[in-house]
Amino acid sequence: MTQQDAHTPRMGFFTDTSVCIGCKACEVACKEWNAVPTKGMDLLGTSYDNTGGLGADTWRHVAFVEQPVPVPDAAGSAQGADGMRWLMASDVCKHCTHAACLDVCPTGALFRTEYGTVVVQEDVCNGCGYCVPACPYGVIERRESDGRAFKCTLCYDRLGEGLEPACAKACPTDSIQFGELDELRERADLRLANLLDAGESDARLYGRDPDDGVGGDGAFFLLLDEPEVYGLPPDPVVTTRDLPSMWKHAGVAALTVAAGVAASFLGRRS
Amino acid sequence: MAECHPVGFQWVMEAKARGATVIHVDPRFTRTSALADRHVPIRAGADIAFLGGLINHVLTGGLDFREYVVAYTNAGAVLREDFVDTEDLDGLFSGYDPDGRHYDTTSWQYEDAQAAPAAGDRDQWSQEDTESHGAESIKASAGGQRYGSGGAALANKPQIDETLQHPRCVYQVLKRHFARYTPELVEQVCGVPVADFLAVADAITRNSGRDRTTAWVYSVGWTQHTVGVQYIRCASILQTLLGNIGRPGGGILALRGHASIQGSTDIPTLFDLLPGYIPMPQAHQHEDLDAFVAADSGQTGFWGNMRSYAVSLLKAYWGDAATRQNDFCFDYLPRITGDHGTYQTVVDQIAGKVKGYFLTGENPAVGSANGRMQRLGMANLDWLVVRDLTLVESATFWRNAPEIETGELSTDRIGTEVFFLPAAAHTEKSGSFTNTQRLLQWHRKATEPAGDARSDLWFYFHLGRIVRDKLAGSTDERDRPVLDLAWDYPTEGALAEPSADAVLAEISGRDAAGRPLDAYTQLRDDGSTACGCWIYCGVYADGVNQADRRKSRTEQSWVAPEWGWAWPANRRIIYNRASADPDGNPWSERKRYVWWDAGQGRWLGADVPDFEPTKPPDYLPPEGATAQDALSGTDPFIMQTDGKAWLFAPAGLADGPFPAHYEPVESPVDNLVYGQRTNPVRESFPEPANRYHPFGTDVFPYVFTTYRLTEHHTAGGMSRALARLSELQPGMFCEVSPALAEERGLRHMEWATVVTARAAIEARVFVTERLRPLRIGDRVVHQVGLPYHWGVDGITTGDSANDLLAAVLDPNVHIQESKAATCDIRPGRRPRGPDLRALVASYRRRGRVDDEDRPEE
Repeated sequence: MTQQDAHTPRMGFFTDTSVCIGCKACEVACKEWNAVPTKGMDLLGTSYDNTGGLGADTWRHVAFVEQPVPVPDAAGSAQGADGMRWLMASDVCKHCTHAACLDVCPTGALFRTEYGTVVVQEDVCNGCGYCVPACPYGVIERRESDGRAFKCTLCYDRLGEGLEPACAKACPTDSIQFGELDELRERADLRLANLLDAGESDARLYGRDPDDGVGGDGAFFLLLDEPEVYGLPPDPVVTTRDLPSMWKHAGVAALTVAAGVAASFLGRRS
Repeated sequence: MAECHPVGFQWVMEAKARGATVIHVDPRFTRTSALADRHVPIRAGADIAFLGGLINHVLTGGLDFREYVVAYTNAGAVLREDFVDTEDLDGLFSGYDPDGRHYDTTSWQYEDAQAAPAAGDRDQWSQEDTESHGAESIKASAGGQRYGSGGAALANKPQIDETLQHPRCVYQVLKRHFARYTPELVEQVCGVPVADFLAVADAITRNSGRDRTTAWVYSVGWTQHTVGVQYIRCASILQTLLGNIGRPGGGILALRGHASIQGSTDIPTLFDLLPGYIPMPQAHQHEDLDAFVAADSGQTGFWGNMRSYAVSLLKAYWGDAATRQNDFCFDYLPRITGDHGTYQTVVDQIAGKVKGYFLTGENPAVGSANGRMQRLGMANLDWLVVRDLTLVESATFWRNAPEIETGELSTDRIGTEVFFLPAAAHTEKSGSFTNTQRLLQWHRKATEPAGDARSDLWFYFHLGRIVRDKLAGSTDERDRPVLDLAWDYPTEGALAEPSADAVLAEISGRDAAGRPLDAYTQLRDDGSTACGCWIYCGVYADGVNQADRRKSRTEQSWVAPEWGWAWPANRRIIYNRASADPDGNPWSERKRYVWWDAGQGRWLGADVPDFEPTKPPDYLPPEGATAQDALSGTDPFIMQTDGKAWLFAPAGLADGPFPAHYEPVESPVDNLVYGQRTNPVRESFPEPANRYHPFGTDVFPYVFTTYRLTEHHTAGGMSRALARLSELQPGMFCEVSPALAEERGLRHMEWATVVTARAAIEARVFVTERLRPLRIGDRVVHQVGLPYHWGVDGITTGDSANDLLAAVLDPNVHIQESKAATCDIRPGRRPRGPDLRALVASYRRRGRVDDEDRPEE
């Protein structure tokens, strides 16, 4: 990631899915503030989720996962697979430390802000779409109606005015928390410890680790189950991770080819 | 709560984070269940059995908060010898008249005493007569019941046995009444396994007492039943036994269906109440003010001052025109002559008895039970005024009602002239919201309303102004009530918007010199005070809008008395004298709230004490004392005649002094608790358009319940016109368990048709484990879940679940039973055109719904 302003700490989201009530206020607030168009009136039948996933027209997306689980009896021990739970989680662009979308953007439309977030500049994007396959989370997408790529800006315009992002502002249960990333990580560690103490043995942080495949996320999560359950990749890797060595190999290959070509010419001459 | 009150649910989540246990009892697994520590699936319509089981658990285990119960409740009151409980009458109480289908409540009284209910139609309990008011009068008012014993002179105290051993004392009768509500019975009736029930019972009893309190929160899942009031009574009994009333962290919290529904009960849009729960006068019974207030049976307790409240209200209405000589214009008040509630009105519309109708922010074509009956009624008016944010179905039925497609109605034959007048949204006007804890919070206009949209305040003020202009100069006596009104609100801005602040100031009250009043104790019955709603008196104290206060909770005590304003007198917890023991000391340090300071000789606390500030705990009323002076220093429930919480209600209810489990009118199972199957005094409308399913039919074998989704608002007027909300729940669906789907051949995301004797609607099928079949007695009961947001208008459209329901009401408050009824469900879309009614007709034939000799519903 590029050098930040020494005076501006990196800002991000901590989304604590254990207190998400699936109200979708984040989805609505995001669309209202950012003037994101509606996707259409499609009843999907995937529990109470009718937006399907993140994309050009959905920058916050609440997943609903219905799971059979054992019901604890009065004494608290599991009776068998008789009950269920309903996981809800508000997904968003991860604002990766190592952001492949930004790496591949040929126009400079994608840039890293002074808050350490990753933003697309609508007026610069030319719609080439290189960023779309580059994202290891499948977040960024081109809008069909105009071809340009869109995603969460972490409400860059609000941050400049000292406001928190619209989704965090609207979240009634503080499932979406906005703040300095270092502080959010501390808060998340504490919350995780409390949940593990309370017996939520599958609880985990996702995107919290600066040593993971994307160098940690600027928007990270507390999950109550495996990431795959929520439709998140278990071990995301920045797709441009191998680019430097690829270029090196490509360079060697190119030199080899060039040498061969030269040799052939030389051979002809002889 | 998470589904319909997500913003309020943040505090449940905060309590959970601090260690609270959250239990959710609901037929479906909802977004609330998802966040609760425990979800208890229950059969819709069986909650009294569940709550009764908890009461029995408390009583048989001796787990009640005995000191609280002895001191603050009527547990020791001795009942009359002729009171007979459901135990001995197989589900009926003494006094039942099977011909009139009502109760004579005389035998429910205390021995040697009479009691009046704390609010609503109080004077019914002093009527001399039973002759002149037939069964019809039962339905006529909020009290809903007459009381055939004479005189208003009531002894305030019953005979009390503090040992609670007298066989006819309330405690013993209560114990016997609920003895049959065992955990096994709960399992049989509710489908809740014994172990789950005991886990809940254990959790709430462990969490109640001196050091701990438990709160119950309910919504329309409790109220919309033919026994809805008794659901709440049942919770009240439980909470009172556990000492959870009047104490921090306790209580029974009603989550209302819309913002400020509490406010529209306090300053009512109800036909039978005036502001502050003063009953609406009745024709013939209340010829003058003396007759109106003399009948006030609350001669002890704060209702003993009702004349002051009523006169101050009349002064607010008619100002200088209201004088002692003209009875403060009491004759100007309209009188009620029977049931003028919404469902009776619709029946009367169909019968051609109603000419005009105002709908203000209400969409009965979608939102009320039996939508077809609603639409047939509206199609039979002379005129209809609809004020709403968008063109809702109740404004467009004349061109697109489902009955036009079926051929029952046609636009050119509907004579109703419809006036649609766009309304301003809450962001476009100033005013107050009153929430469930009686807290008033002011909001200010953020922007001017667009186009022709206007606030309701604007509409009614200018409508009144124009009517008065038209009547000006009239010498007709009947125009005096309108012409004499104090109708002089200042207006502001280009739209001439009346000042909402001025209205609030009038509600709060003034003395003769025009100075703002501080509290309702200043109200007088001599015409020297004017107050638009006595319980709101003081909301404009010192000439300041107290509801507009916004001091942060970090800058004041934890009770936060300077955030908004709560009625009465800014008390955040009502009846909080009960948070201290009889001597005035806190029950525990952990639950310290309000206490008696002997040194200062007054009550102190973080909250405003809900008690006379200097009445000591050892105060005993002198002989002949009235109003609050008649209550002792240990009577916390100061609105009650006897100052006590009523485990047994000797007056005020139409359907019994105790709750008893009755089945919903439409239920697939018999009553496993009593021989009496349903509430015997429910209010029915057996019109052709409103037929009920006869009991025992297998044509409608499934239970259905209706509900809301977070993404939409009630009948959709505030959400189906908005794309960003509509896309989140873009279509009508029904929720069924995998077992029911298999039984009926329903497939996920395909269509199903749900049929009752009223209607057939279609919905996409959601097969989900969130609904589960329950074992009730010896059979399996399946439940179908139906959101009710859709209609024919808006961005997302669909069939209306409320079309399926029949209107059948609670006899006390006229609320319809819309949370439990029966239906059939079949795969595929519903027929179109006249075939739709043919399908319903075929079900009616098979179910013998219209037979003369049909079994009783």
